[in-house]
Amino acid sequence: MKRNYRYILLFLACGAAAACSKDNYKAPAAILKGRLMYKGDSIGVERNQVPLQLYQYGFGKIGPINGTFSQEGAFSFSLFAGDYKLIIPNGQGPFLWNLDANGNPDSVDVVLKGSQTLDLEVTPYYLIKNTSISGGSGAVTANFSVTKVINDPATAKDIERVTLYVNKTQFVSGADNIAKTDLAGAGITDPSNISLNVTVPATYPAQSYVYARVGLKIAGVEDMIFSPVVKVTY
Amino acid sequence: MNVSKKYFYLFAMTLVLGVTGCTKDSDFLEIPPNSIIPTETMFSDPALVLSVLGDLYNRQLDFSNFDQGWGSFADFSESLISDDGAYGYVQNTGWGYGAWGVDWKAAYTYIRELNLFIERDSASTKLTDADKARFLAEGRFLRANYYFELTKRYGGVPLILHSETYDYKGDPTYLQHPRAKESDMYDFIISEAEAIKDQLPANQNDKSRASKAAALAMEARAALYAGSIAKYGATTPAVSLPGGEVGIPASKANDYYQKALTAAQSIINGDAGPYKLYKVLPDLSDNFAAIFLDKSSVNQESIFITDYKALSGRTHSFTTNNQPFSVTDEPDDAGRIDPSLNLVESFEMLDNTFAPIPTVDGGGNPIYYDHPQDIFAGRDARLRGTVMTPFDQADPYRYKGAVLDIWAGYLLADGSVVTSGNAADQVALPGTTTKVQVVGKDGPINGVRYHTQTGFYIRKFIDPTIGSGRRGRGSDVPWIHYRYAEVLLNAAEAAFELGDPGTAAGYINQVRQRAGFTTDLTPAEITFDRIVHERRVELAFEGHILYDMRRWRLATSVWDGTATNLSDLRSNIGTAGKRSTQPWGLWPYRYYNPASPNNGKWVFREVLPSKVTGTNRFTLGNYYTFIGDDVRAANPKIVKQPNQ
Repeated sequence: MKRNYRYILLFLACGAAAACSKDNYKAPAAILKGRLMYKGDSIGVERNQVPLQLYQYGFGKIGPINGTFSQEGAFSFSLFAGDYKLIIPNGQGPFLWNLDANGNPDSVDVVLKGSQTLDLEVTPYYLIKNTSISGGSGAVTANFSVTKVINDPATAKDIERVTLYVNKTQFVSGADNIAKTDLAGAGITDPSNISLNVTVPATYPAQSYVYARVGLKIAGVEDMIFSPVVKVTY
Repeated sequence: MNVSKKYFYLFAMTLVLGVTGCTKDSDFLEIPPNSIIPTETMFSDPALVLSVLGDLYNRQLDFSNFDQGWGSFADFSESLISDDGAYGYVQNTGWGYGAWGVDWKAAYTYIRELNLFIERDSASTKLTDADKARFLAEGRFLRANYYFELTKRYGGVPLILHSETYDYKGDPTYLQHPRAKESDMYDFIISEAEAIKDQLPANQNDKSRASKAAALAMEARAALYAGSIAKYGATTPAVSLPGGEVGIPASKANDYYQKALTAAQSIINGDAGPYKLYKVLPDLSDNFAAIFLDKSSVNQESIFITDYKALSGRTHSFTTNNQPFSVTDEPDDAGRIDPSLNLVESFEMLDNTFAPIPTVDGGGNPIYYDHPQDIFAGRDARLRGTVMTPFDQADPYRYKGAVLDIWAGYLLADGSVVTSGNAADQVALPGTTTKVQVVGKDGPINGVRYHTQTGFYIRKFIDPTIGSGRRGRGSDVPWIHYRYAEVLLNAAEAAFELGDPGTAAGYINQVRQRAGFTTDLTPAEITFDRIVHERRVELAFEGHILYDMRRWRLATSVWDGTATNLSDLRSNIGTAGKRSTQPWGLWPYRYYNPASPNNGKWVFREVLPSKVTGTNRFTLGNYYTFIGDDVRAANPKIVKQPNQ
C-alpha cells in the first residue's frame, strides 16, 4: 500500500506540472449591456424568448454570438474588445426593428473598447403604462393603461389579449405562472383604464407574497410585452 | 558451412529475386484490385447493383425510425419517457431552432451518392434494359423521398440532381447553390413520382424495395403537405421568406390537393396492386396491432417498409426498450415510452363522440370500477391496439402470458393513499398485520425508470415473439414508411379540402370501420377537426404528428407553452387546436375500506407525473428547422429561416 501512495503523489505532481502552462488568452472582460427602450420607457419581455445576435467579421466563418433579453428587457455579453454588429432577428420581439432595403434586420455598430452600456431604441406596438398591482385576501388586482404606439395602418396590429400573471417566484410569464386572468382585446372598453383580477391559489410551502405582472399579446406577434414585475405582499 | 556452399545459396537467392523481379512495369501496375470493385464491373451485374442499392435503402431518413431508436418516437406530449437522462422531453420548455435537423454534410453526401448511382446506372451498357430501368427508378425514388424528408424539415433546400466534383482550384463558388423554392421542392417530388411510377413493379411481395404504390404514396403525401402548407400557411404570414424558400402561395393549394387525391385514388383503385386494409384477426385491437407485426403476404396494407431479420445482425431494440417492466426479457431495459392520457382520451367512444376517461361522475365523486379495464369500455379498438392499459387481459393473456400489473396504491376511506416506491416493499394496511404489495409491479411510480409513469405502455410495434425483448436477439418488426390506411386518410383530407366531404367520408369511414365504428360519419360530420383527429389516433407514434402539426400551422396552438390543468385536459377533446403541452397520466388505485360495498374496487385519478415540470412551446421559429451557421458560412447563398 505504501508504494501506491507514492504513485499517486507522482501522478498528482505530473498533473500539477502539466497544468501550469499559461492560458493563451485572458477571459473576455468587456461587458456590453443595455436595455430595450422606447422614449425613456423600458420594455419588458419574457425571459429567454427574445434573442439578439452579435456578429464580428474578420475571422473567416460567419456565425452569431447569441443572447436573449431578460424579463426586464435587459441584455449583457462578456466580450473581447473589437468591432461588432448587433441585430435582433426578424420576427422577434413585440416591437419593430429597423430593416434595411432588402428586408434584413438593420445592424447597430458597436465599437467595444471596454465595458459599455448600449440601450436599444425600438418601437413597440403598444406600451403598458400606469401599472399599479396590489393584493389582498388571496387575490391580486392590476390597474393599467395601454397606449397604442404604432398607428400606421400598414404595420399596426390589434391587441389579442391582456393577461395578468402571478407566480411564486420572480419569473412571471406565460410559461412561469401559477395563476392568470385573460381579457380578450375585443373586451377592452377603455384602454386607458383596464382592471384585471386573479385569485391566487394556495402555494406549498405557503408564502405571504407573490410576484405579478401584466402581459399584452399582440395579434400575429409571438412575443408579449410585459409591465415590470411587482412583488405583492399580503 | 563451407564457402562454396554459401556462394551457392547467395546465387540461388539472386536468381529467385531476378526471376520474380522481371515482370514488366506496365503489367505490374495493372494488377486488378481484389478489394475494390470498379464501377464498370459493379454496374454489369444486377446482383452487385442491388448490393449498392441496399446500402442506399439503409440510409433513408424518417422522423421515427427503429434504427434511430426509441427517442425518435418520443416527445410532443404524446408520451413520457421513463428513463433517467431522458426527462428532458418533459422538462424542457420548448425546442431549439435546430431541433429535428439533419447533418447537412451527411445529407448531401447521401444525395451525391444517389446522383452517382443514377448516373452510373444510366451509363451502364451491360445490364438488361429492364434491370437498368428498375434500378434507375429506385434511385430516383430514394432521391425524391430524401428530398421530401429534407423539405419537411427545412422547406426549400439546394436541389442538386447531378454529382458534382471540386476542381481543387481554390474557388468553390460554382458548387454553392441557393435554396430552391418550397413549392419547387414539392413539384420535383411529384414529377419524379409521376415519371418513375410505371418503371417500378406493381408488386406487393417485395415491400422493402420501391414499388409503384410506394411512388404514388409518396406523391400523395407530398402533394398533401404542399397543399396544406399553401392553405394554412396563410394563417401564419410571418412564416415565409420573400424568395419562396419557405411558404407556398395560397393560390396553389387546390392544385396540390387535386394531385394528392389523384395519386391516392390511383392506389385505392388498384392501379398499383391489390392493396387493402388489414382485417385478419377477429379482435379488432389485436388486428390493429398486427398490422405492424405481420410481414407475410397476408398483410396487404403495408406498402413500403424497412425490413429486419432476427438473429442476422439486422434487428432493432424497440421491443427491448419499451416492453412492460414486469415481463421484460432484459432485467434493466423496459418501459421507456409511456403513452400519455392526452393521447389515450382522444380515442373516441364507439358512438362517434368524444369523452374524457370517466374518473368522476357528474357530481365530482369518484367512480368505482369492478375491473380496471371497465373504464376504457366502449372506445375505439385502436386504443388497445396502440396502448397497453392496466390489467388488460382480453385475449386472455395480453403480453407474453402476463396481465400488466399497473396500479398506484391503495386508496383508503379517508382519501389517503398507501403506496411504495417498489412493488417488493410490502406494507400492512391499516387494521391488518399482514404485509401486502401496495403498488403494481409495472408501476406507475414517479421517477422510477423503466416502469410506466403515466399508467400506460406502448403496444404499437412491440414484438410478442419470444425472445424479441432480449438485446442479443432483438426484434425484427418492420418499419412501415407508407401504409394503405394513411393513403386513405390522405385521400380523405385532400377530398375534404377540395370541398367534397362525401368522398372524404367514404375513405375515412373505411379506416373507422376497421377500428370498430358501426355508425359511419355523414359527409356533414366531416370537419377539419375530424381529419386532424383521425390522423392522430390512427397514425400515433408513426412519425407524423410533428409534420402534420407543422403543415397545418397548428403546432403553435397545440404546443403553446401554457401549462394545462385538469379541466383543460378533460375539455375540447377531438378539437384540432387542443392544447397538449404536458403529458398526463391515469393512475388506478385499489379502494380499501372493508366496511364499504366498494371495497376492492378501482378508482382512477388523472395525474401530472412529477417528472413533468416543463411545458412544450413551439415558436414560429420552430416551423422550419434552423440551418447551421457552418452551412451558411460555407455557402453564403443559403438564406436564413424566418423568425430565427
